[in-house]
Amino acid sequence: MDRTEILIQINLIFKDTLDNEELVIMESTTANDIEEWDSLTHIQLIVAIEKTFKIRFTSKEIQEWKNVSEMIDCIKSK
Amino acid sequence: MKKEFSELRKNLKKDNSTLKSIKVAILGDTSTQFLTQAIKGLGYDYGFNLLMIEADFNQIERQVFDSNSELYTFSPEIIIIFKSSHKLLQSYNKTNSDREFIASKEIELVNQLYLSITSQLNSKIIFYNYTEIDDSVFGSFANKIESSFLFQLRKLNMDLMYFAAKHNNFLICDISSVQNLIGKNAFFQTSVYINTEMVLSIDSLPLIAAKTLDIINVLNGKIKKCVVLDLDNTTWGGIIGDDGIENIQIGSLGIGKAFTEFQYWIKKLKERGIIIAVCSKNTESVAKEPFEKHPDMVLRLDDIAIFTANWGNKVDNIRSIKELLNIGFDSMVFLDDNPFERNIVRENIPEILVPELPEDPAEYLEFLYSLNIFETTAVSSEDKERTKLYQIEAQRNVIQKQFANEDDFLKSLEMKSIVEPFNKFNIPRVSQLSQRSNQFNLRTIRYSESEIEKISTSNLYRTFSFSLEDKFGDNGLICVIILKCISPTELFIDTWFMSCRVLKRGMEGFVLNTIVDFGLKNGIKQIIGEYLPSPKNDMVKDHYQNLGFIKDSNQWKLALEEYKPFNNYITIKNK
Repeated sequence: MDRTEILIQINLIFKDTLDNEELVIMESTTANDIEEWDSLTHIQLIVAIEKTFKIRFTSKEIQEWKNVSEMIDCIKSK
Repeated sequence: MKKEFSELRKNLKKDNSTLKSIKVAILGDTSTQFLTQAIKGLGYDYGFNLLMIEADFNQIERQVFDSNSELYTFSPEIIIIFKSSHKLLQSYNKTNSDREFIASKEIELVNQLYLSITSQLNSKIIFYNYTEIDDSVFGSFANKIESSFLFQLRKLNMDLMYFAAKHNNFLICDISSVQNLIGKNAFFQTSVYINTEMVLSIDSLPLIAAKTLDIINVLNGKIKKCVVLDLDNTTWGGIIGDDGIENIQIGSLGIGKAFTEFQYWIKKLKERGIIIAVCSKNTESVAKEPFEKHPDMVLRLDDIAIFTANWGNKVDNIRSIKELLNIGFDSMVFLDDNPFERNIVRENIPEILVPELPEDPAEYLEFLYSLNIFETTAVSSEDKERTKLYQIEAQRNVIQKQFANEDDFLKSLEMKSIVEPFNKFNIPRVSQLSQRSNQFNLRTIRYSESEIEKISTSNLYRTFSFSLEDKFGDNGLICVIILKCISPTELFIDTWFMSCRVLKRGMEGFVLNTIVDFGLKNGIKQIIGEYLPSPKNDMVKDHYQNLGFIKDSNQWKLALEEYKPFNNYITIKNK
């Protein structure tokens, strides 16, 4: 799966999990850009991404991402 | 059918202002934010507006032992306490000696929490039991070591059950069974645990919320009382009308096993007080045959309160079962293997619960278990008698249909009544009826037990209680009369109420005959009655007129000299 496909999937997951249809997630997006993205919903997002891509993140990975781009790197590496 | 957590969260934005509000506090030793959202969100689907407060995590003791805490200011109807196995393991880890007392110490703490809460609040406590985790220090050998964590954890859950058995306001929510259902790996997610202070996985939240709301539901009177059973391919395998009694599948072989086990489950429900009714498209005698003759049937005719087998449609049949039982559709469950019948019933009676039974009968039970339909918060010994009462009533209805003539029917009942003044044996029942009787109650004056006692010994009053039994069974005390002497020749009917169970049996005439007979023997010339309307006693507004009383302003008068006794078929039974 290439980066664009992953980004499209991530957009769907964010919209559903954060219950906001108007969200647009870019590679450069960070938690600061999105009101609903807090430490709690972060966990919901992680779990949803793990489910969708059938992967598991390590605890270290979850805490290291600075933006969506790094998240995609991580997904691609699995 | 269960919603995901993210869907439950969407409920939080919906308008719940018209729903019943209930105040709920959650106290946890781990973070409970998601749990609170899940419960509140699912509460919307259950029809509740849950007003929830959540203590900061690990504040259970402070909230409970400080009488100025938010908990007591909030004064919730329900308090959920969630002490996690992980925190228990942490404190076990820090304990170097006396590890075999971990469970006892924890129970003592639970007791202190309970005492502190119940001394200040009238709340129900829903306590989550401990999910099973193991530190695997001893392996299976832990089962032989009292100081092992596994030993203490299991003991604690057992002790909790003993504790709950003794304390009415303390209910256990069995989240351990949720863990059991979905498995430990799905119940606990390390990524969630490490990054938050939460020990429940996202996927487990809707299930735990459902388990919790099932209890809240019951606490609010939403309880299932009756199962309506289809027969062919639901209660047994095959079609009795086509296959015949020797070919239906039931017993210990093959798929028969599934039906036998299903029947044992229904039987246990019946013993617990759930009413079992049958609704089958069959010829009645054919449908009854297995219940009477098949050696492997677990259910017998005396387990069934109402047996409906005919070729009419099930919606009408279920309606008439509901009428006979005098319960709400929302307290009924309909089990049928046929999707067509399920849909028709669902469409016409939306309140009734119609589980979507799996296609394979082998899966019926596991599926039904998972729905947790019969949650309850109390069981009484009276529950066990219920089936019998309804069976007797149903028998009477059947017999009545066989008589073209009402009098012949009444005669056939062989009714007997014990008539006696109030005494120490019947006073509790008299006062109980005085509190409860609404419809057949002429003046709706409520008397407490001590007031009834005073009346029973006063010279001003004459009291009568009536029981009624017939060849089918005993209804017990069903009618009460209190007469007040207002002059040497006049009696006023201060109280006349009767149980609606015995309407249309000629009881009213029998009662009046008894009163008049008493009056004539005591020099009474006139009996005076009065009807005071209440929101519920419309049924007796013409009561005195029907009995031949003459209206005199707001009262009804009966001159005893001209009285002609009512014909009836009740005889006096001497004790």
